[in-house]
This record gives sequence, C-alpha cells and structure tokens, in this order.
Amino acid sequence: MKRFAAEVAENRAYLTKLDGAIGDGDHGTNMDRGMKKALEKLEAADGDDIGASLKTVGMALVSSVGGAAGPLYGTLFLQMGQSAAGKSELDLAGFTDALDAGIQGVIKRGKAEPGDKTMLDALGPALEALRSAGDDDVAGALSRAAEAAREGMESTVPMVARKGRASYLGERSAGHQDPGATSSHLLLKTVAEAVGSGGAAG
Amino acid sequence: MKKLINAPEDVLRDALEGMAAAHGDRVRVSFDPPVIVRADAPVQGKVGIISGGGSGHEPMHGGFVGMGMLDAACPGEVFTSPTPDQMDAATKAVNGGAGVLHIVKNYTGDVMNFEMAAEIASAEDIEVVSVVTNDDVAVQDSLYTAGRRGVGVTVLAEKICGAAAEEGKSLQEVADICRRVNDQGRSMGMALTPCITPAAGEPNFTLGDDEMEIGIGIHGEPGRERMKVESAAKITARLASAVVEDLPYNEGDEVLAFVNGMGGTPLIELYIVYNELNKFLQERGIKITRNLIGNYITSLEMAGCSITLVRMDEELTRLWDAPVDTIALRWGAR
Repeated sequence: MKRFAAEVAENRAYLTKLDGAIGDGDHGTNMDRGMKKALEKLEAADGDDIGASLKTVGMALVSSVGGAAGPLYGTLFLQMGQSAAGKSELDLAGFTDALDAGIQGVIKRGKAEPGDKTMLDALGPALEALRSAGDDDVAGALSRAAEAAREGMESTVPMVARKGRASYLGERSAGHQDPGATSSHLLLKTVAEAVGSGGAAG
Repeated sequence: MKKLINAPEDVLRDALEGMAAAHGDRVRVSFDPPVIVRADAPVQGKVGIISGGGSGHEPMHGGFVGMGMLDAACPGEVFTSPTPDQMDAATKAVNGGAGVLHIVKNYTGDVMNFEMAAEIASAEDIEVVSVVTNDDVAVQDSLYTAGRRGVGVTVLAEKICGAAAEEGKSLQEVADICRRVNDQGRSMGMALTPCITPAAGEPNFTLGDDEMEIGIGIHGEPGRERMKVESAAKITARLASAVVEDLPYNEGDEVLAFVNGMGGTPLIELYIVYNELNKFLQERGIKITRNLIGNYITSLEMAGCSITLVRMDEELTRLWDAPVDTIALRWGAR
C-alpha cells in the first residue's frame, strides 16, 4: 500500500496531465491526497487482518478523495476488504476473489461497462489474467495481471468515452489514455512488484 | 497563475474560515468534514434541504444557505465533488424530523457521492430523497454520455424548494416541486476565457483572443462548438435559441429568466445580454415574469455567461417571491 501511495505521488503530475486532456485535471492531486490519508489511517490501525486494512484504505479514499475517483476506488477497496475479511494472508485464489468483488462493486457504483474508457478497462483484463493463471505461482500470475492491466490501459487510448466527464467530449476523447485506467494499472503493477520482491500483498 | 490565495491546498479552508468570520450570524461552518449549516438548523418539523458540489462556483452553494433556501451546503475541493461523510454530516445537522432533500447536480462524481450518502442516511433511518438537476442543453442526453449537466436551474430550484419547505410542505411535495423546476428549466452557457483551478495552475483548455466556446460547462467542459466572438445580440440568440427550442418554450409561456455570469464578466455585460434575451423572447411571445441577473453559479474567473429559463406557474411564482435570507440571495425578509 505504501508503494501504491508512492507510485501515485510520483505519478501525480502525469495522472493530472492525462486528466487535463479529457477530464478536469485533478485525478493525480485527488488520488495523492486520498492515499496520503489512507496511509495515515493504516499506520494508526492494527495491520494483521488484510480485509480490515483494505476497508480502512477504502473508507479513507471515500472520505477524502471526492470526485468520481473517491466513490469508485473507495468501493473497490471496501469490497475487496469485505471479501478478504478476517484473513491474515491472501493466496492467489483469495486475491482473485477479492479483486472480483472489488470490480463488481465498481461496476455497480459507476454503472460502466468494458469499453467505456474507464478504470474497468484496466481492472477487467487483470482479473481475467488472474483467473486463467491456474497455477500456484502467485508472483508470476500477478505480474501477468499487471501486464494485462497495462494492455487494458493502453487499449483506452482510441476509445470514445461513454462515462464521466470525458464523455462530454464525445469523439474528441479518442486519442487520449484514460487516467482512471492508468491509476488502476499503477495499482496492479505495485501489487505485482510488492509480491515479486517478497513484500506483503495489499 | 495569478490568484489571491495563500497556497493551492489551503484554498477551501481559508475561504470557509472567511465565510465563518463574515457570516457567523447566518451560518455555522465546520471543517472536519467541511459543511456550511444554517445557524438555526435543524428547524423542527421542516424538510431539510442540502446541496453540494465542487467549490469554485461561489456563491453556489454555501452562499445559498439560510432561511428560505438551503439548510446546509457541502463544499468539495475546487471542481471536485464533496465526499459522502460531508453529506452525511449535513444531512444529520439539518434533519428536523421531516426528512431531507438532496439536490444533486448531474455530474458523475456528485451523483455517486450523494448516492453513497443516501445509503448511509437510510441505514441511520433518516428519510432522504434525492433529485438530480440536468438542465444543460449543450450536452446530448444519450446512453453514450454521462447525461446533461446540472447548471443554472440548480440555483432556482434551491430557492423555490427552500420556500416550499418553509411553507411546511412534505418531503415528497418538496421533491416533486424540485423535479418540476428541473423539468420546466433549460440552460446553456458560453465562455470568452478559460479558468484556472488553483491545484492545476494552468487553464484546462485554451481559447484564442478572438474565440469563444458555445455550450461551455461550469468546469470548463467543452461545449457544442468553438467560434469567433460575436456581438452580444448574436451570442444571446445562439444560447436562447438552443434553450427555447429544447423544451420547447412556446408563445404565451411565462418564464423566469436567469442571466448568470461565469465569474469574470462584469454586470454591465450581463445586463446587455438580459436586454437581448428580453427582446428575443418578446419576439416569440414568451413573457419574462421574473428575472435574476448576476454571478450565482460561477466557474472561478471564467468570463462568459449562461442563460436559464424556467416555465413558471402560479405556485412556482409564489414560491419564487417568498422571503429568502441567505448570504447571496436575500429579499422580503426582515
């Protein structure tokens, strides 16, 4: 989680620039504010229960980010936390279930579909990659999921936005990478790197 | 970026502290989470009305908190929707036992955050009804967009619903009136210049010295088209035609005409626009029976204006005329 916060902070200007092209230019700033708040809350909390930690992050995002990203990322983490409640470690199946629950929450909250040029276009392919992993190599599966998220993120470039503020642009939104899909890729990439290097997942 | 600020991250707090210092007799301002509440809230037995949205549109919504209008406002960061805990705090602060109306402008973030707040309120057994305003005709309302944006009608709905609540109407009745104002209202705006959010530090779109954007959103969202600047008469006709044809407003209709400044346009120009609008409507047999002219739903320092019409009936007119005593809108009171 610290790595994700650091990635967000590092990419704040990049996310904001992407958002400036097709949104309102605040995605990086808002996510950075939210992740800083999430880290504060995490440090104050007991860290053993992964589900509880994920919920803490979700609540912090919901109450500090605002905009569309607050409810969407907040819901993602809250639902992942619900799925992982009481667990002190997550295996591949557990993480896959949690991500699935998170994505279902995002779909319900945002009512977006794949291809609408949203964060789902990065998260969906990552989930598919995890499901088709089928072996016990957690690090390998997560790294393939991160790769799928990257491809998903890149696939948003030619898409015409159908949700959120970018949808007001219509055809003019094509040719720009979606900032939400980009931050979602950062999230998956961070998880893969954390697990790959032996750090704790989540 | 040249702005009268201390630091970009302090803008909201510093401004709210200023409001609290200036208007402590009318409103209570809390900071964690940020909420502006009517000084005498909750008014027992009265439907509470809250609204909220990103900051940078002042006086909306905080300037509309007071007798005869809003009971509380939730200010988000500049151009960023407020969070559910702000709305939850506001809902609790204004609940006088008759339920709470949430007036929500149709933006993806506002709608989702207010949805979460309504879920929290329902878990706390507070009756909440949400009405979403979506009056901006510049946006095609289709399955392929986030739908029409809520703009000028929101201000008028907050005034009219506030009066209805003061009369003792029920939550359902006040919500129905809100929907009626939204149904009978249409708006369109234009920009002569972009605006700069403190956090971004640079304009999020650019316009040439001789260009304007017709159909602009209040966060600088793109409009219908970009073109060379024209006379006030021609610009007004463009906006008014789009508005009138959309509902449509017909010969014999009586309307409330709202000419709103985007923040960087002087009142003298808004009166020129109002004059052109009056002539335009007269030619079509549409009668302005009430008007509002000024900077009420702004977009930071953007220069430009928007036009909103609401078709009025006897009840809406009576509610519009009822006393209101807020920081930014005040008549008939005291």
